Amino acid sequence: MATATAVQAQKRKTTIHASDRVARVVVLIFAATVLMIAVILVFELWNGSAGSRHKMGWSFLTSSNWNPVTEQFGALPFIYGTIVTSILALLISVPLSLGAAIFLSELAPAGISNPLTFLVELLAAIPSVIYGLLAIFTLVPLVRSYIGPFLKATLGFLPFFQGPSYGVGYLTAGMILAIMIFPFIISVSRESLLAVPREQREAALALGATKWESTWQVVVPYAKLGITGSVFLALARALGETMAVTMVIGNDPAIHTSLLAPGAAIAAVIANEFSEATGPVYPAALVELGLVLFCLTIVMNGMARLMIIATTRKGSKRA
Amino acid sequence: MKTVHLTILLAVAATMGAAQEKITGAGATFPAPIYQKWFADFHKAHSDVEINYQSIGSGAGIQQLISGTVDFGASDVPMTDDQISKIKVHTLHFPTVMGAVVPTYNIQGAPDGLKFSGDTLAGIFMGNIKKWNDPALAKDNPGVKLPAEDIVVVHRSDASGTSFVWTDFLAKVSPEWKMKVGAAAAVSWPVGLGGRGNEGVSGTVKQTPNSIGYIELFYARQNKMPFGAVKNMAGNFVKASLEAVSEAAAGAAKNMPADFRVSITNAPGKGAYPISSFTWLLIPSQIPDAKKSAAIKSFLQWMLADGQKECSALDYAPLPKEVVAKETKQIAEVK
Repeated sequence: MATATAVQAQKRKTTIHASDRVARVVVLIFAATVLMIAVILVFELWNGSAGSRHKMGWSFLTSSNWNPVTEQFGALPFIYGTIVTSILALLISVPLSLGAAIFLSELAPAGISNPLTFLVELLAAIPSVIYGLLAIFTLVPLVRSYIGPFLKATLGFLPFFQGPSYGVGYLTAGMILAIMIFPFIISVSRESLLAVPREQREAALALGATKWESTWQVVVPYAKLGITGSVFLALARALGETMAVTMVIGNDPAIHTSLLAPGAAIAAVIANEFSEATGPVYPAALVELGLVLFCLTIVMNGMARLMIIATTRKGSKRA
Repeated sequence: MKTVHLTILLAVAATMGAAQEKITGAGATFPAPIYQKWFADFHKAHSDVEINYQSIGSGAGIQQLISGTVDFGASDVPMTDDQISKIKVHTLHFPTVMGAVVPTYNIQGAPDGLKFSGDTLAGIFMGNIKKWNDPALAKDNPGVKLPAEDIVVVHRSDASGTSFVWTDFLAKVSPEWKMKVGAAAAVSWPVGLGGRGNEGVSGTVKQTPNSIGYIELFYARQNKMPFGAVKNMAGNFVKASLEAVSEAAAGAAKNMPADFRVSITNAPGKGAYPISSFTWLLIPSQIPDAKKSAAIKSFLQWMLADGQKECSALDYAPLPKEVVAKETKQIAEVK
């Protein structure tokens, strides 16, 4: 009798282990597939850009001369344009989105917060070509006739706001990118803020903090991880955004200090020139641009994470 | 139930019985509207032939032909010797229609048909001529008051046959342009904003005051934009029209090379429009499938006869008679 129950118990133990094992293997395969896709992507980018890497070497990253006719390819203006528009988009979007997320999670009653959140999340579903059209028909005239001249009149002593205001340029591209990344930052930050335990808020209020002090000095730092995660997501979207940017950045392959001047971005150049690129070096140069964008994304995310680690360490030292 | 099944089976069998000859082509965007109309009308006349065309751009069309993924290509730019050598079978060029590239502008109070000489256009697009009241423009347009504003140049940001025709003309009339920039579907533009496609350039010019750009005649007419007259080789300022373009082709037809690979920019002729261009169908001279070969030859004959009649309704200039005669002889080379 004892041996029968012992055998049964043994059998039950192994069935539990078997299904666990199966689940573990399946999930491991999924994760490995995703990793493999990333590795294959990098491999293809490296392979496809061989012709251009051998011809241009490091001057691809330092030269400003992009000339398909003489087969000279320098990507510096595009790298500059991509970085400038993305940073501009973050500068405009992060304060506004964070404020909106705080409002939606802390201050708004549920009746307003839920429908508004739904509308904000709808923004993420709008195709980027539509954003591009919106930018061309509304943003560009706005910047050309009002915002550009206003900035020149008030901040014209800075080199960032000099030169003619065409309407298209880094500023307009930055603005439309900011609009496109609102929903990412708002919805993820709102979720993070809502996930902060009630005890934290109540403890702050019990110690005599005002509502705003409790929100800004207790709740937001607690949700910092989620908020910074949303900013990374938004940054990645801004760096790779193609259609909306190519419609409003002016497509001038040169470096300009003024934000009102036209420029060019990596994704926009690839989209514009790939279908008609012929010859041994030209398509390879465009693939190399893709490789550069990939590395740029990694570098900028890395730098942002290092910054977060540094500030977090400082914070914990103070505590 | 059984009868329903039987009728469905018969219907399927009937459609499978009508053997459709499917031909695929890809290439230039400029002639896409007339090509789509031709292929549809040809299918109505010959229901067993179906031609599918993708307008992905001249360069891409040539690439697809070289890699063998399409049966024929279409391009505003003739293939180079290097590209032709990449295909085992020799490729024949068949001119189909002609088009014109016009300079369009947006200046408050300026009349339609502003006059530009080739030098002036090269100077504007190189950034040497910076303001609208420059003496070079005043010389071409006596009596016209142009504002003392900066010229905003608009060019194409994507590679295109339109850019090739424009830069080809500028390279012919300005040695400085030829040396500094050259003629190609995508060049390194010295100045200006880039617009995507003919639509992008038209849109940017329409929206930006004191701007100038270049677009196909079709777009200028459809969008009712003012465009300028350009000085031709004979010294006359000609505004683009179907007749002026045909005259440019007829002028070049006399010295046309046997393979039709010719640029007709800056063509001789009193009333010839200097920025005109052929657009070509690129047909391989040996098509292994006999039915496909017969279908393509029959289309080419139809195109040179009936197809040409449909051109002017869509703002394309039909081919001059001399070119049609030469092309009809070339059809025999397709085996």
